[in-house]
Amino acid sequence: MRHALGFRVVSPHPQHPAVEVSGLVKRYGSTVAVNGLDLTLETGTVLALLGPNGAGKTTTVEVCEGFRAADGGVVRVLGLDPRRDGDKLRPRIGVMPQGGGGYPGVRADEMLRLVAACAANPLDPAWLLDVLGLSSSVRTPYKRLSGGQQQRLSLACALVGRPELVFLDEPTAGMDPQARRLVWELVSALRADGVTVLLTTHLMDEAEALADHVVIVDAGRVVAQGSPVELTAHHADDRQLRFRARPGLELTLLRDALPEGMQVREASRGTYLVQGHIDPQVLSTVTSWCAQQGVLAEELTVAKRSLEDVFLELTGRELRS
Amino acid sequence: MTEPHFGAGSSGGSFGTGTFRPGTFTPAPGRGSLGRMLLAQARTETVLTLRNGEQILLTVLIPVALLVVMSLMDVIPVPEPRVGSATARILALAVISSAFTGQAIALGFDRRYGVLKRLAATALPRWLLVAGRVAAALAVVAVQVLIIGVTALFMGWQLPSVTGVLWAFVLIVLGTLSFGALGVLLGGALRAEIVLALANIVWFVLLLIGGVALGADSLPTWLATVVDALPSAALALALHDAVVDGAAPSLGHVAVLVVWGVVAGALATRTTKLG
Repeated sequence: MRHALGFRVVSPHPQHPAVEVSGLVKRYGSTVAVNGLDLTLETGTVLALLGPNGAGKTTTVEVCEGFRAADGGVVRVLGLDPRRDGDKLRPRIGVMPQGGGGYPGVRADEMLRLVAACAANPLDPAWLLDVLGLSSSVRTPYKRLSGGQQQRLSLACALVGRPELVFLDEPTAGMDPQARRLVWELVSALRADGVTVLLTTHLMDEAEALADHVVIVDAGRVVAQGSPVELTAHHADDRQLRFRARPGLELTLLRDALPEGMQVREASRGTYLVQGHIDPQVLSTVTSWCAQQGVLAEELTVAKRSLEDVFLELTGRELRS
Repeated sequence: MTEPHFGAGSSGGSFGTGTFRPGTFTPAPGRGSLGRMLLAQARTETVLTLRNGEQILLTVLIPVALLVVMSLMDVIPVPEPRVGSATARILALAVISSAFTGQAIALGFDRRYGVLKRLAATALPRWLLVAGRVAAALAVVAVQVLIIGVTALFMGWQLPSVTGVLWAFVLIVLGTLSFGALGVLLGGALRAEIVLALANIVWFVLLLIGGVALGADSLPTWLATVVDALPSAALALALHDAVVDGAAPSLGHVAVLVVWGVVAGALATRTTKLG
């Protein structure tokens, strides 16, 4: 089958997931970085490995890319062993290593053209540099590019070879909000065009927005996985109502007015949280109470629990730290 | 034509203006041709070296300045014919400067900036990664030899016989490979700053007492025996035979160069780290 652009469309391998990791163990000396991790990435989908720094995300990705040998477990990428069949595997994958990579003195276009020369049907490097907002800094040596610019160049290098599977390790680290949004758009476009994506992040909004499947890791283990909806809608009842008002409000009357089992607290100074089965009646009770108190509730929102809440619940730790 | 399109995940919603036409990223993977990959890598690394001011100072300006000084002034004992002997030694210095010191420093910082990992993640086979670096090192040495050779001719150097030129060519390639292996051994294992310091110190020591600026015969006897076993002295003396006498070098000097290169290369394959 040939695509309209004249390139061969790689037929997915329904018999293999794009990435299959089972029982992965990796130690550095006496430290266990990855401790029996399992994950499956289906062809054509986006998987986010979500976890705090040091959770074992990068190690897992580097084992899948063939950069590190596993101490235990089985890893298959596109049906291949990434260590043994690396030369067969690498032409088919795109890699964005953490922190990027380039010759200190190289210019963005030289670096991207070099990586493009390694591929059979590369994308147009000039177009890709333009898309990633690097056209104005093509004369700047790599070491003088900002962290965000180095990241964008690294992303361009990962995509230029039209890979069928892309590994993006912390793709938006060090990027400003516009660049982040662009990366999100790119990942969505990749997915729509049938590229399989494995990305790591410690930002739950990123995982929530981009991934079909989120694998939450902590201390080298999978602590939860599923689609963002599955993970956050674990308890359908478990919504929360949040608003801001002046700090130190007396909450007893509100507690009495709300149905049994609802929790009300000032989560942080001036931010109030109502948790439990939030229905229209509860919302009305809260706003009436505000009116009685002469308080204007600002930023009032009703939301499902976030991945952050899920993570906190599972590990007792903040995700961002 | 360019339809905005968002294939966002479950709760992604839509953001920005869609700039990617469907099909833009449709997979079409595959490895580029080996020749094109080799050429692209060697060209990039050659250009980077020739654009680097410190590298040019080390690999071209200092050797040319020393060639002029050694040819014109009697500060360093150099056997007659002066210009020819100086040319042989300076060609050896040029090879050491770029293949060893320059290569080690570049590799140290390339590792620091993650380029080896970046390239190792492409379709470039590992052996091609090494081949590209070797080709770039040879290209830079060719530029150095051209500049030094032309300068030497202006200073009155007489081209040796065809045999001498051919041997000089072989020795310069061999020297580049041996010193390149030593450079990779140093630059591939240690931290960039330490590589920078050590590569420069070794360069200076080899220049002064490694049989390059001073012949081994100008050194104390106990030192001369050691120096004879160094690749720097072996390359300088072998080049002297080729460049000045137009003759084949002694087998001993060639053997010293080969042994250093093979041992360094074998060690480097175990110790070189990508990052």
